[in-house]
Amino acid sequence: MMPKLYGLLKYSVILLWSAFVVAPFLWALTTSFKTANGVTGGPTYIPWLQYEPSLTGWRSLFGGAGGIDIVKPYLNSIVVTGSASAISLVLGTLAAYGLSRFDYRVGPAKNADVLFFFISQRIMPPIVLAIPFFLMLQFLGLLDSLLGLILVYIALLLPIAVWVMIDFFNNIPRQIDEMAMLDGCTPFGAFFRVILPNSLPGIIVAGLFCIIFGWNDFFFAFTLTFTDAQLLPVAVVALNSSVTPWWSLSASALISVAPLVLIAFLVERFLSRGNLAGAIR
Amino acid sequence: MPLHLENLSLARNGVRYLDRVDATFRRGRLTTVIGRTLAGKTTLLRTLAGLQAPDSGDLKLDGVSIASVPVWKRDVAMVYQQFINYPHLSVLENVAFPLLRRGLKAPEAQLRAEATLAKVGLSGFAARRPSQLSGGQQQRVALARALAREAPILLLDEPLVNLDYKLREQLREEFRGLFAEETKAIVVYTTTEPAEAMMLGDEIVVMHEGRILQVGTPVDVFERPASTAVAEIVNDPPMNILPGAVVDGRIALGSYRLALPAHLSRLAAADYRFGLRATDLHVDPASEIAGSLVFAEISGSETFLHVETAFGPLALQIEGIHDIALGTQVPIGFSTERLFAFAADGALVVAP
Repeated sequence: MMPKLYGLLKYSVILLWSAFVVAPFLWALTTSFKTANGVTGGPTYIPWLQYEPSLTGWRSLFGGAGGIDIVKPYLNSIVVTGSASAISLVLGTLAAYGLSRFDYRVGPAKNADVLFFFISQRIMPPIVLAIPFFLMLQFLGLLDSLLGLILVYIALLLPIAVWVMIDFFNNIPRQIDEMAMLDGCTPFGAFFRVILPNSLPGIIVAGLFCIIFGWNDFFFAFTLTFTDAQLLPVAVVALNSSVTPWWSLSASALISVAPLVLIAFLVERFLSRGNLAGAIR
Repeated sequence: MPLHLENLSLARNGVRYLDRVDATFRRGRLTTVIGRTLAGKTTLLRTLAGLQAPDSGDLKLDGVSIASVPVWKRDVAMVYQQFINYPHLSVLENVAFPLLRRGLKAPEAQLRAEATLAKVGLSGFAARRPSQLSGGQQQRVALARALAREAPILLLDEPLVNLDYKLREQLREEFRGLFAEETKAIVVYTTTEPAEAMMLGDEIVVMHEGRILQVGTPVDVFERPASTAVAEIVNDPPMNILPGAVVDGRIALGSYRLALPAHLSRLAAADYRFGLRATDLHVDPASEIAGSLVFAEISGSETFLHVETAFGPLALQIEGIHDIALGTQVPIGFSTERLFAFAADGALVVAP
């Protein structure tokens, strides 16, 4: 009797939570197919029966009247977020492994200080960084360019990658590296053959953080670009006008969140696997 | 040809882990290194493996210095106290890993890994992940990985210490068989347990505070401990060391006077420290030597009594289970025939 009741309760809670999570998406989906009339008519969800569906919202994202062309900013966002995340992940993983396993001295600074230097990049409010970034990119002639944005995003994402990965590496017993070297691996071999394969969950988490932060950034994309290298969040803002176009905004919200949802589904199974259990004892 | 350690020293943060260590390890021999925690045993192995560089001194294999050879080229196999295996590889892949790193072809490596797994009794577990095995099985995987390589130097750092008592006994037995086949390798095995050191070792090295106190066969070290420190380390419970003297042809222990037994008859009158194993003491109602019971522990079929006497604390190991109230005056009997005599500085003078 008890297990049955427990199961019922469990699924009720899961169902309730799912409804809570999915409802806004449903709302956005229906709104994206509405017009001004449909939106003001109260919460309605069934097309044709409750409201007349229209492609106005979606059209305005692809060069329709009074809208924007989302394709270029969308591709820009993918290129900038993708390359900045990938580079940050590679550099961050290497840096974190070094800081986790070897002792460094930079003048009076030791490992903990080097790590704090990385983390401290994220302590400052963005506005403090915006001015120097602007001047630097201007000096390099990289304002309003994808390369400039990629460089800035690497600076922003690298600390996240280092932070996540160093914690992960610190939890892998050093004896595993030593064992690999005893078994004939060079220090680099130990890292690539043994440590890296065991760090997959950490790398995925770090990559996920990088992609989410990069994809969602508005501030730097806004201050460091004008027209050529516009990114998705900045382009979407241009949709706003005196009458808020909820249908266009809903459509752009859905299209913006799509890659993140896709990635979340792809990596979910890697995250839930307790890969490191049993490494030691 | 042997592995020579010459004057190895290593200190970190003011602690001397190795203090002018000289030793020779020979092929086809199992040397057990016994010492308490922090005696420098692990540091010794890590230095042999190349995981730690000594501050000074040299390591010579067959007369050639290997001190500057990096770990990955040194060809040393090691089993850690913790069960270290590669979590992302199957049991078979774990054992094959070092073989592949040393250039063996995959099919050959697999055959050898399978054969070694069979040797350690894990034939049916080749496809599993280490995390799906019990502690004892995980340690067997680690052992198989070390054995499969047939490395010239095999180091085992307290490999049984994290296992439960029964498994420890069982694996210890198995180790004996496995190492008996190791006729070409230098095997060094560290432990804190006298029984383990005696049972497995062809030779025992006794370490204390980074120094080697004595090297010898198990019988040698047990029957003729070079000093009081050795006597304490190689006996479990540690040998009782009693401050005393030889006065007027008699043994003086506190206010007690005992006749000199035959083996001590040639002792000159002086201060000595007398050694007496806990197993050589018993409760003897007829004895006039007595002490107050401060602590008693019952372990299975034996009872350990810790008694405070006029000449210092004594530990007794007696057969059977005895329930004696703390504070009771326990009359203690022993045969003076069993007394070790050490000089005041701790060096052995006469053993029974």
